Parts: sequence; structure tokens; C-alpha cells
Amino acid sequence: MIRFEPREHVSSTYAFLVPVIAGIAALALAAIPISAAGADVQGAFIAMAKGAFGSPFAISELLARATPLILTGLAASIAFKAKLWNIGAEGQLYVGALAAVAVGSGAIAAPPYIMIPLIIAAGMMAGGTLMLVPTLLKTKLGADEVVTTLLLNFVVLLFVQMMLEGPMKDPMGMGWPQSEPISAAATLPKMFPRLRVHWGLVIALVSALIVFIIMTRSVWGFEIRATGENVSAARHAGIPVTATYVKVGLLSGALAGLAGVSEVAGLKGYLTADLSPGFGYTGIVVAMLAGLSPLGVVAAAIFIAAVFVGADSMSRAMGVSNYIADLIVALSLLCVLVSGLFVRFKVRFVRPKLPKKKEAEEF
Amino acid sequence: MAQEDHEREMSQNLLLALDSITKRFGDLIANKDVSLDLHAGEIVALLGENGAGKTTLMNILFGHYVAEEGAVRVRGWNGDMHVLEPGAPHAALDAGIGMVHQHFTLAENLSGLENIVLGTESLWAMRFSRSKARAKLESLMEASGLEVDLDVRVSRLAVGERQRVEILKALYRDARILVLDEPTAVLTPQESESLFATLKKLSSQGLGIIFISHKMAEVLGHSDRVAVLRSGEIVADLATSICDRQMLADLMVGHSVEAVQRTPGNPGKPLLVLDKVSAGEGREALDHVSLTLRRGEIIGLAGVSGNGQSTLQQLISGLIPATSGTLKLEGKPLPAKASAAIRQGVARIPEDRHHDGIVGSMSVASNLVIEEIRRPAYQRFGLLRYGAIKRRAEAAIKAYDIRCPGAKARARLLSGGNIQKIVLARTLDQHPALVLAAQPSRGLDVGATAEVHRRLLEARDRGAGVLLISEDLDELFQLSDRIAVIHRGHLSEPIRTEELDKSSVGLMMAGHELKKEEAA
Repeated sequence: MIRFEPREHVSSTYAFLVPVIAGIAALALAAIPISAAGADVQGAFIAMAKGAFGSPFAISELLARATPLILTGLAASIAFKAKLWNIGAEGQLYVGALAAVAVGSGAIAAPPYIMIPLIIAAGMMAGGTLMLVPTLLKTKLGADEVVTTLLLNFVVLLFVQMMLEGPMKDPMGMGWPQSEPISAAATLPKMFPRLRVHWGLVIALVSALIVFIIMTRSVWGFEIRATGENVSAARHAGIPVTATYVKVGLLSGALAGLAGVSEVAGLKGYLTADLSPGFGYTGIVVAMLAGLSPLGVVAAAIFIAAVFVGADSMSRAMGVSNYIADLIVALSLLCVLVSGLFVRFKVRFVRPKLPKKKEAEEF
Repeated sequence: MAQEDHEREMSQNLLLALDSITKRFGDLIANKDVSLDLHAGEIVALLGENGAGKTTLMNILFGHYVAEEGAVRVRGWNGDMHVLEPGAPHAALDAGIGMVHQHFTLAENLSGLENIVLGTESLWAMRFSRSKARAKLESLMEASGLEVDLDVRVSRLAVGERQRVEILKALYRDARILVLDEPTAVLTPQESESLFATLKKLSSQGLGIIFISHKMAEVLGHSDRVAVLRSGEIVADLATSICDRQMLADLMVGHSVEAVQRTPGNPGKPLLVLDKVSAGEGREALDHVSLTLRRGEIIGLAGVSGNGQSTLQQLISGLIPATSGTLKLEGKPLPAKASAAIRQGVARIPEDRHHDGIVGSMSVASNLVIEEIRRPAYQRFGLLRYGAIKRRAEAAIKAYDIRCPGAKARARLLSGGNIQKIVLARTLDQHPALVLAAQPSRGLDVGATAEVHRRLLEARDRGAGVLLISEDLDELFQLSDRIAVIHRGHLSEPIRTEELDKSSVGLMMAGHELKKEEAA
């Protein structure tokens, strides 16, 4: 029989180890579908590791993939910390990218030191403004932000498709629904020649550091934590709860918007409706895996990116469908959620003890 | 030989035995070598201050915690005593142990009947067995005298009624041992009396009852035996008939305690003026309430819970606006904004300190500065000054004797009395003009209550006006310079405490108008 006992104290080492173990468990569980697909399990994992870390090219791909995940992971972690359930990072990412393209594809001509801050500001504002809508609907009308943010994703994606088919369609795009390319001045430079990893990574890392400082060192962070942990006591203590939600919403949306800017200006160069393979949603997994810690988000994003990049490469080498990557990511979320149980409870395996006659006589 | 016979006879109706229970939380020993037994037909009071380990002990009994040492034995249905499986609430339930927690565990959106049946029937059988359940409950209600409307949603029931549902839930599951954790903490005096009448009746039907309390009067009045816990140890286990109040108080605290004595107040100029204020809606709405509170006085507000006290509290706290009328503090209107109320010098001691008073997962230090976090003393350019926060916390912990593992400890881990000290420290140390104290000693032990009372009188003597909302008449008469009664959103004219007696206030609480000549 398994018994759960609540823990009185959760040590920080344990809180750190659990997501690591969850990640490993997810990888181990992935062996089942890999072997079911008829591939050699050991070879598959070696191929994955090589694909993710085996060469400068692989590491560059890994970091390029981790960049938007760090930003969407931060977006989710800051919002979830305040118990503002922003499921709409995907949509905010797209409006961020759309704003970057609108500003950065030739409408304004200026040198890079103006253009790059400009598209970043435009993308963050767009993402933040989009998230402001569900935040205000929540604070003013009590509308459930899980529903509104999630549904806005579809609205935004359709809007982006409309723009790409219409006003923002690239006249030189041979009829493809894509935007005009980001001008050279607005492009985030590559960090190394011939490798795709770009300065968006540095922006993401700096963002993580800033969010970390905000959450742990600032009055805002204090108010965000208090609001998230006990909104009623926070309100009672005079913390401006509505303003805090608005701040969190703006910040969360802006970070997701920044992910869109980074993708479009650092990697793709132009906007298409398939810019993001679900980075917004994967950001939620990243944040959960990180235990909502801003610095943990960086590690979690790199792990998830390694899974994606490694699985891509493995699927090419072994002939296993690259859906295995989505599977591992989903498994790691499940493992993290299950491991939450292990953080909060001690699990003991005990034999069911039946009251025996002999025992009863002892007393 | 005679002794053995006696023991055997005793063990015939022995229902429950706790044998040398020891439970530690980290370095803290919550229970140390605690032994206690309970016989059929007996009411045992477990007396002790907050943090003495009463609730921990009962949680071990009920399988929520596992003791490091010792065992719980219970009489099985076959008549033998057997060891209760540790850490298994269902084992406790199966053995006929029913627990009524201090904070009720009812689903608010279900009816009383549904709550009681919940968890005892399979989901599919629910509809089918409704009538059977109802029949069983009706016979239980008749036998025990616990009257409650089973079809009303729990959210619409008063606190006393909810408690009856909880007790019925235990009885419905064939409890032979009933444990009540601070059962009177939320009841009016009349409700408490009727609860104890019920318990008496149940014990005469063969139930063994343990109730946890720190109120001497009810322990002396309603138990057969009293066990006193102090710092996790049983320091006395005596027949109630040989105990008296002073002896129990000394046993409980470990030294003698003096009740706080009020000296006559020195009322100054008007501080808080409510002029025909209406606010809130539904049962708790305030209807054209007028009140003048002066500096240097305590006005006690008596009333049965749910007559508008919480609306009044929220209104003065700046959490809800007035729908009509004016609300002024020292001549200036008091806006409906909590931060503004704090700035204007309103100290708020909330009724539900766990829910509204503290952020449990944040540190003691954070909770001590939460109201002032934006002041330059604690932040510079929006960044927290951890050094200043820590110094403030350490000073407050010392000045208010907050018992905690340290400033960084999570506030949730503290006992109710120490949580209240956090609230007192952070509100009263700001030298407020007005102190709004709602049920400030509810659920606190003798020592902590005396501390709260002393601090309130201290604030008054410093020139603050105190509005004391309480359901405890003893407390109101002990502290108030004037007493007003709230009933269905109407507030009576405050009357000097010396001119009142408890029975007339009791009548007013029930809605009777007090005639002038009676008051004079």
C-alpha cells in the first residue's frame, strides 16, 4: 500500500532536484514509444544527445530554440506567480512579431541602434496591450482569464493570417502569405558567423535576470507575491491589487511579445503564420518545470529546447517521427505535475497491517 | 488484585487510548510522551494554551499526522482494543472516530444532507439512498436534539448550524468517539449552551467525547474530566469536580495570570463620525448607521454574527464604499481605499486573521511590513531594503514576544496567538488614530487574549479611538467605555458600560429595543 504524508518542511535541495528527476523520468518514459516505433533505444538517445549538444552547430540550434522559450517561460512564470493565469502567450508572441514587422520592415529608416530598441519596444507594447484586455476583464468584470487569454490566441492567429493575406502581404513574396522582410537595420545580429543563434538570446538572459530582480528584490515583486499568495490579505493590507494585476499582465504580455520580436527579427527575418510551433504553450511547461523561478526558467528552457532539437535530429537519423519531441515535452510536464506531489508529500510504501488477534491481546 | 479488577472494569468501557505519543516538527516538540484515555459516556476536556499541542494531538488521532513515537488504540467493533493504523484518516473514520474541526470542512455549495452523505455513498447510489439517509438523519436529530434544515445550502447556514451539520456528519458515520476542536470559538453564548446540552445528551447515549478548549468556564461547566496540556506535555489529568478556575489557569499557563483591568477612559474630541451610512447588501447590509467615536475611548460593538459587523468592518477598513451617508475621520472623509485608510491612521485588526491578516506563505518579516512596504524606510527606488525590514522584524518580534523560529519563518507555521501578535505589531506600531479591532481575541488563549487587551487599552490611553467588534460579551464589558449593539444592520446608540448589564445587551442583540428608563 502507498501512503502519502504531508511534509512539514520542503528543503530547497529537494525542490531543486524534483524537476531534474522529472525531466529524466520523462526521457526514460520516452523509451517506450521509441522502442515501439522499432528504433534502437540506446542509439536513439545517443542521437538525441548528439543532435542537441554534439557540435557547435547543434548547440547554436539548441540556444536559438531556447531563446523564445526563455521569454515565454518568463511570461508564464511572472503571471502564474500572481495567480493570473495567462495562457495567451502564443497570441501575445504573434502580436509582438506583427508589431516588430510593422515597424521594422521599411516603414522607418534609421540606424540599428535606433531600429532595434524601436522594434523591441513596439513588440513589447503590443504583447502587453493584448494581455491588458483579459487582465482588465478579470479585474473589472471577473471574467476568467484562462478562458479569455486562451481564446484570444485564436483571434490573434486569424488576425495575423488576415494581415499576411492582405495589407501586410509581401508584394515580392511570390504570393506566399508572408510579411515583408525585416530591414537589415532592424535585424538582431547573429552572435557567431554561420550559426543561427542570435542576440535575442542575450536579450532573453537579461530579461530573466531583470525578472529575477523584480520578483525577489523589488516592492513590485513583493506585491505580486503577496497578491498571488493571498489576495484577500493583500487587499486588506492596502496593496493595490488591481494595479498589481495590471502590472503583471502588462509585463507578462510584454515578455511574450518580446519572444515574437526575437523570433522574427533574429531568426526568421519575416513573419509567417507558422512563426511559432507553440512556443507560448511550451512556455507554460517551461515555467512549471522551473517552479516559476525566473532563473530556473533559463535552465528549463534549455532542457526543453534540447529535447526538441535533439529529437528533430534523432528522427532524421533513426527514422522515428519527430512528434516524439512533443511527446517528451508533454511527458515532462506530466512528470513535473506528479513530482509536485512528491515535493509536498512524503510517500511511503507500507504493508497493510491488519489488526491481529494476538496484538489485541497484548493490551 | 483489587486494582487489576478495577482496571479491567475500566477497560470494559475504554474506547480510546493514546499511549506515549511524541510528535516533533523539526526542532519543535509538539507532543511529548502524551497519554490520554477516553471511556464511553465520558466528556473529556483537553485544555491548553494555543501552541500547547492540542490540535496536533487530535490530528495524530485522526491520522492527519503520524507520531514519531507512541500509538493510538481504539476499541474495535468486535470489542477488542487494537492499534489504529497511523497516518490513515479512513482508519480513524472506520474505527468510529468523528472529528469536528475548528474550521469546518463542509462544501458550501451543497446542502446539509449532501454534505453529510458525501463520501459515505458511491456517487451512483446517491439519489437512490437519499430517503434512507434522510430517515437515519432524522432519527439522529431526534435522539441528539441537533435540529438543522438539511435541504438548505451550507453557504446559507449560520455558523452554529454548520457546526450541527458537522456533528451530524460524524454521527451519521456511526461515530462512537467525537472530537471537537475549539467548538465554541465561533458560537454565541446561547449557541454554546445548546451545543453542550447536545454533547451531554450524546455522552449519556454512550459516546465518548473530547473537546478542545482554552475557556475555563466551559471546561469547568461541561466536562467530566479535564486533561491539561502545556508545551506538549500532559501536566494534569483530573476529575473536573476537584478543579477550580485558578488551579486550571495556573496549570495551563505554568504561572499565574492576571486579567487586564480597564481604567476609566478619557474621551477627547470626536474622531470617527458616521452619519446615516448605508453600505453592503443582503443580510449584512448597514442601514443608516450613525456613530461618533471619540479619541481616547473604546466603543464595544455587540451583536450576533452576521448582523452587519463585517460590512461595518470592511467599510471602515476602506474595502467597500458607502452607498449613502458620510464617513469622516477627524473631519476628513475616509475614502474607500485600504491604502488611504492606513495612511489616515486606521489600524485594522481583521476578523479572520488567517484569511485577511497574513500572507501565510510569506515570511514573518514580510507580514510585519506589508502595510508599509512602500514607505521609504523599506524601499529605495522600488528595491526592498532587506536590512531595514529585518531590523524592523527583529524589533517587533522582541517587543511583541512573537514566538517563531525567526524572522524568515513562514507566517503560516505560527500559532493563532502569534499570528495575531504580527497583526498587532504592524498596525499598532504605526501609532494609529483609530483602531478597528474585529474579534481580536477569537480563538486565542488566556495569555494571548490578555496581551491583545493590554495593547488595545494602551492604544486608547495613547489617545486613539478603538472600535471593538466582538461576540464575546465578557470581553466587551471588560474593555469598552461605551457599548452599542448592532442588529440587522441597525446600530443602537452607544451606552456607557457602567449603565448596562449583560442580559440587557443580550436582549438588544436579539433585536429588542432598550427602553430609556431601563438604560438610565
